[in-house]
Amino acid sequence: MSVSQKSNWELLKNGMFGENTIFRMAISLCPSIAVTNGMKNGVALGVSVVFVQTMVNVTVSLIRSFIHPKIRIPIFMLVIAGYVTIIDMLMATYARAVYKEIGLYIQIIVAFASIFARAEVFASKNRLLPSAIDGFGMGVGFLLAMIVISFFRELLGKGELWGYSFVSGNPLLIMILPAGGFLAVGLLMGFFNWIDMRFFGGKGASGV
Amino acid sequence: MEFGKLFELVIAASLINNFVFTRFLGLCIFFGVSRKMETAVGMSITFTAVMVVSAALSWVVYEYVMIPLDITFLKIIIFIGIVAAFVQSADTIMKKVSPTLYYKLGVYLALITTNCIILAVPLINAGEHYSFFESIAFGLGSGLGFALALVIMASIREKLEVADVPAPFKGLPISFIIAGLIALAFTGFSGLITL
Repeated sequence: MSVSQKSNWELLKNGMFGENTIFRMAISLCPSIAVTNGMKNGVALGVSVVFVQTMVNVTVSLIRSFIHPKIRIPIFMLVIAGYVTIIDMLMATYARAVYKEIGLYIQIIVAFASIFARAEVFASKNRLLPSAIDGFGMGVGFLLAMIVISFFRELLGKGELWGYSFVSGNPLLIMILPAGGFLAVGLLMGFFNWIDMRFFGGKGASGV
Repeated sequence: MEFGKLFELVIAASLINNFVFTRFLGLCIFFGVSRKMETAVGMSITFTAVMVVSAALSWVVYEYVMIPLDITFLKIIIFIGIVAAFVQSADTIMKKVSPTLYYKLGVYLALITTNCIILAVPLINAGEHYSFFESIAFGLGSGLGFALALVIMASIREKLEVADVPAPFKGLPISFIIAGLIALAFTGFSGLITL
């Protein structure tokens, strides 16, 4: 049983930048393209993920000594699905307009590799506080990625930010089309790799 | 049950609303296994089969268990349970019955549970109130569409191995840009059939 020795701040930073879900680990990619055609949608999903990720880590950490290793996968699945159902119902009640557009993707949070991976790798081996911070950091990292991607897509595609129009007409219509999502993520990922290689001497996250 | 409607559903799910290129689901698997043609084909076959069966299974459970008991609000938990249980049992049965097939396709089975399409199809089926055969047709179409996307992508990425890509774009970033270009081509299918 390996217990993390990192300080809380390091844990938070690791989740936000070092192991950023989308740009560095390249997992949970589906929503990064599906809901980033506007900042409102991107932020709504990002916040839901912060909630689910933190709560799942807290719960798994609390019950970690009761879980038999052989049945841990179904248990984690149930915990995740429970919290996703909660956020799904909350969104359906209090944010109807957004929910209509991204409802399906909220439900799909269940199948996020990143949430499951953190529960398995971190929360099931660590104490309550580090687990909560780790989950929160990971969630915020995801939220940041969503904000960056949707910022560029909404600005370039619609000439708007958070619904407020800056430019009349559609400057670069392709950015809000499905294809634009792939292009935006690809270019941003390449850009962050470049920064990492140029200034920090990293190898870049060529990933899969 | 008219045959034409089902055929339309298959075409719509596989080409017009292709899961990878217009709904953006299953991307992790899509980028994960599209590096080699062989793995892409193996994944496609396994995936389509699991898709059809789990669409049928979850329809039965939804219609005959969840609606009568009025527990449709638990659909996320129940559907993921059904899929996970089915994949696990398929894994065990295949290992016993046909070890050669298991040796070839077993790895992909384990991967499938983390694929969001597998959960999205039952959820959409339930949301649209499809009938039993419509659900199966939708599952089949989604599976075929995913297979098509995988095979196209794999054939391009095999060529990409020898291409001279700028260092920061090697691997995933360039694959994303290629996927974007394919998605652009797929927008051409929209309006092919209006349901």
